[in-house]
Amino acid sequence: MATTSKLRGGRTAARSPSRTGSLRRHQIRTAYTFLLVPLLFFLVVRFIPTLMSLRLSLFDWNILREQQPFVGLENYRTLLEDGRFGQALRNTALYTLIGVPVQVALGLGIALLLGRVRALRGLYRALYFAPYVTPIVAAAWVWQWVFSPQFGPVNTFLTWLHLPAQPFLTSPGQALPTTAALVVWQNLGFQVVLFLAGLAAIPRVYYEAAEIDGASGGQAFRKITLPLLNPTIVFSVVTGTIAYLQLFTQVVNLNFTDQGGPLGSTMTVALYIYQLAFGRYQMGYASAVTVVLFLIILLITLLQLRFLTRRYDA
Amino acid sequence: MTVTAPLPAGRRRTDARTLLAYLILTVGVILTLFPFAWMLLTSLKSFQELFNLAFLPADPTLDNYRQVLTETRFLQWFGNSLLVATVTTLSVLFFDSLVGYTLAKFDFPGKSLIFILILSTLMIPTEMLVIPWFVGVSDLGLTRSVPGAYFSIMFPGLISAFGVFLMRQFFESLPDDLLEAARIDGMHEFGIFWRVALPLVRPALASLAIFTFLGNWNAFLWPLIVIQQPQFRTLPVGTALFNGEAGTQWGLIMAASSLAVIPVLLVFAFFQRQIIEGIVLTGMKG
Repeated sequence: MATTSKLRGGRTAARSPSRTGSLRRHQIRTAYTFLLVPLLFFLVVRFIPTLMSLRLSLFDWNILREQQPFVGLENYRTLLEDGRFGQALRNTALYTLIGVPVQVALGLGIALLLGRVRALRGLYRALYFAPYVTPIVAAAWVWQWVFSPQFGPVNTFLTWLHLPAQPFLTSPGQALPTTAALVVWQNLGFQVVLFLAGLAAIPRVYYEAAEIDGASGGQAFRKITLPLLNPTIVFSVVTGTIAYLQLFTQVVNLNFTDQGGPLGSTMTVALYIYQLAFGRYQMGYASAVTVVLFLIILLITLLQLRFLTRRYDA
Repeated sequence: MTVTAPLPAGRRRTDARTLLAYLILTVGVILTLFPFAWMLLTSLKSFQELFNLAFLPADPTLDNYRQVLTETRFLQWFGNSLLVATVTTLSVLFFDSLVGYTLAKFDFPGKSLIFILILSTLMIPTEMLVIPWFVGVSDLGLTRSVPGAYFSIMFPGLISAFGVFLMRQFFESLPDDLLEAARIDGMHEFGIFWRVALPLVRPALASLAIFTFLGNWNAFLWPLIVIQQPQFRTLPVGTALFNGEAGTQWGLIMAASSLAVIPVLLVFAFFQRQIIEGIVLTGMKG
């Protein structure tokens, strides 16, 4: 056997010293054969379209026209003065700032409470998960009805408590928080399961040790639970933020005829892109908005990963 | 609200705080399920009763369901969604586990670069991709034929980056010796993946299946954009456009929505344990 041939690749090679270069070449060939179709997929369906978007954003591109003139950075200059884009951007930021902390806090809170109870735990968990498996469009219809100013049960309940009825989705001031509540309601089940998984991974001995040392429940939470849960919290915040920055389906379906709610108060960047590209066919300009959205997501994700991830000695 | 860490197992203490936990959880469940219950109950109300604010229908009727099933394209849309969600889920299960396995168990140049590139696609917003997809699909004239139309709806979801990440985490924990033993027995590389490795990661496959099925069952933006003809609509797009076609008929919409929940609830009920096990065992922890 040609044991002198250069061996690389750590563990496998170290355990089987008879492995030859030809075997390694076989491994490499197999790996690339397995990856061929998926890599082509990612190239054609993800990377090339991303580059195409960058290119489209430099043109005054309209699919209904013959001529697609090159305009350089003109689309980006227009964006700076576009009031509707500014509003969509502010709304999207607001959704994220309301939605992410609320769903993380509620998800963690419910998971902790579920940790306290024994009986019916599985049932509670399944029931909290139910909205997550409800089709988004269906949920949006129900939400419209439940919060309807005239015949909605929520307002009936408020009147019953002698509180004034609220306009909810029909008022520019309340439409956005009501929409955010729908998204939180739908995501909550997933957050609960996620935090239950994170909590289950914390070894019980830490809590036993803390109790012997006379630590209070609050102290144990701050000193053990929160630090050891950090990876779960980071995962939840990062993926949650990415999802909120692309909020679309719920917003469209809460008001299909008047997309974006009263006076554009629920309009998001994603919805604005949709309206520009497929309502007005301004695909070049819409692409410029997508590039800006991409840069925002990239920047925020990198910042979050940088500042939220901390190392603890476990 | 004082929330404490879970008590050590075996310790029994039905104190006031545990009772409070039950109370809060129950109120939470009621609030969570209220919209659900409202949807189901409204779907059973007759047209006359619809704007009656009573919680329970006085005279329950299945008329809304009958109308949805016979007078709209509901069944067609339901079938389209089922087809799209099933095909994409099978494709994702196959390709994502193959890629995850390869990235976890083979040593080859460019391995980490490929993994990072695949993961980085998670940050590309769908909105950025749909415009070039639409231009491409239009240029190729895909939506004019039946297979072309279905393919157009499905192709973006055939492989998922998230699934690759999930499956890689799972395969990493599989012992190398097992695969090595199969190799010594002269098993073909694909056979090792298919018959040795894959059966060992069932919980991961189950949770990937439910999330993929759910995602595609609910997919909205791209199907809304790409589908031109009513017969190819998926359930979310069809129901969303109900408004124009049926007038705002709340009873019909609630019946359609209730029916749309069924397949996903069935899949969830069937896989509940594996889903949670899947999440616990995967790197979703970080």
